[in-house]
Amino acid sequence: MEFLAKMMVMAVGAIFVQNFVLARFLGLCPYLGVSKKLDSAFGMGMAVIFVMTMASAITYLIQVYLLIPYGLGYLQTIAFILTIATLVQFVEMVIQKNSPSLYKSLGVFLPLITTNCAVLGVAILNTTAKWADGTPYNFLDAVLNGFFSGVGFTLVLVLMAGMRERLEYANLPKSMKGMPIALIVAGAMALAFLGFSGLKM
Amino acid sequence: MIILIPILIIGGLGLLYGIGLAIASVAFHVEVDPRVERIIDALPGANCGACGKPGCGGYAEAIVEDGVSITLCAPGGAATAQALAEIMGSVAGETIKKLAYIHCSCGGTDNTKFKFDYEGVQTCKSAVTVANGPNQCSYGCVGYNDCVVSCLFDAIIVDENNNRTIDPDKCTACGACVKACPRMLIEIVKADQQVKIECTNKEKGIAAKNNCGTTRGCIGCGICARVCPVDAITMENNLAVINYEKCINCGLCASKCPTKAIEDLMAGKRKKAKIIEENCIGCTICAKKCPVGAITGELKQLHTVDQDKCIGCEICVEKCPKKTIVMV
Repeated sequence: MEFLAKMMVMAVGAIFVQNFVLARFLGLCPYLGVSKKLDSAFGMGMAVIFVMTMASAITYLIQVYLLIPYGLGYLQTIAFILTIATLVQFVEMVIQKNSPSLYKSLGVFLPLITTNCAVLGVAILNTTAKWADGTPYNFLDAVLNGFFSGVGFTLVLVLMAGMRERLEYANLPKSMKGMPIALIVAGAMALAFLGFSGLKM
Repeated sequence: MIILIPILIIGGLGLLYGIGLAIASVAFHVEVDPRVERIIDALPGANCGACGKPGCGGYAEAIVEDGVSITLCAPGGAATAQALAEIMGSVAGETIKKLAYIHCSCGGTDNTKFKFDYEGVQTCKSAVTVANGPNQCSYGCVGYNDCVVSCLFDAIIVDENNNRTIDPDKCTACGACVKACPRMLIEIVKADQQVKIECTNKEKGIAAKNNCGTTRGCIGCGICARVCPVDAITMENNLAVINYEKCINCGLCASKCPTKAIEDLMAGKRKKAKIIEENCIGCTICAKKCPVGAITGELKQLHTVDQDKCIGCEICVEKCPKKTIVMV
């Protein structure tokens, strides 16, 4: 039961309170770039969830079993980026093979997951994050944190895409069409998510 | 050891990931049409976007996957179309050479009327935002050469009086200047189009004429639209517009225009129609079709062409059932 409660706390924390896009402001590039269509946004979200979860798992192992024992903390960024880049390449191959249409609609944003700060962010935050009682994350915590962070990213991306799909047909002034209204919507969403920051667990 | 361990760890990770990706690339191998790469090699690589696709790579994919026409590459022209036809195993068809054309006769230091001295950023885009531009004509060229800067092929020549001409050999009709011109004066026109309106002014009468530095502005009188034998000219907001699909380049409009606002590259060079006497059966088709009434003759009698009236439009040559009219 205690584990389930912990997981709930982590899920709510990663998805709502500390949402990567709207509270930490990481990963904004795909947030605005791939949120034009609902299905490509969902595909992107799935790819990010996979990459974040896998990256969390592998980078945690690298950090704990390779970097810290040999005192190589300064290699953290390069080792993590290497891992993330490999994972993204792998995801790209899988998507190109299994879903060419998704591959096309994601376009340049798929390889750009490599440089998505949200992915590197979750990997690095996993190494520094602590529970309320001061214990650092263990392997399972790190993987779950990566997974839930990805879910949070996907949630926001899909919400945004749903809104932008409708905004396409809204009767807007010409100067507000497209990116300007998307940025305003993003700001309004961030304000709305600010409401979650009052949740104390 | 201090150096060796990090090298081993990072190198080992890299090797491990590399092997993993190599295995994955075999497992998830996707066949890419080899023609795509051959087409990319055959294209000029200017990435100008004239074909409407994002760069040459995008165009190559569009050709192979979506069957897009192979004649869209403006910089490559006929040679590229031929090369693409060989790769795709299809016929190139005819690539119609097109050129950019500036619909304004002004813009130079000697032929523009200015209402104030503009001292701001030296671009057309900036100049036209200040009180509708420094030139009196709020439709005409301001002469800061945004089009020249935008041209990737050095095809717009600026002479000593800051007048622009398009070099027909260098122009690839990529359309970059069309987008660059804030007054939207430039249009992509078929290269064999001889007659073009050399003005974009939508004012009427004396206003258009007085604001124009060359006094060759379109005053919206509509004479050209009335005289056009094929109804290719329409008046839109006091401006004559030629429908190039209909235009037969007869030049009648240019000769009738009171302000000489219509450019006619063939002026004075047109041949006159002549009927080969022994073949004429007197069907009167040519006389009926002649837009200027230059052909006369009774039914079943030999017809004659009035050389003074003939404008050299070649309509009769086309319509004659016996093919007995020639241009001399």
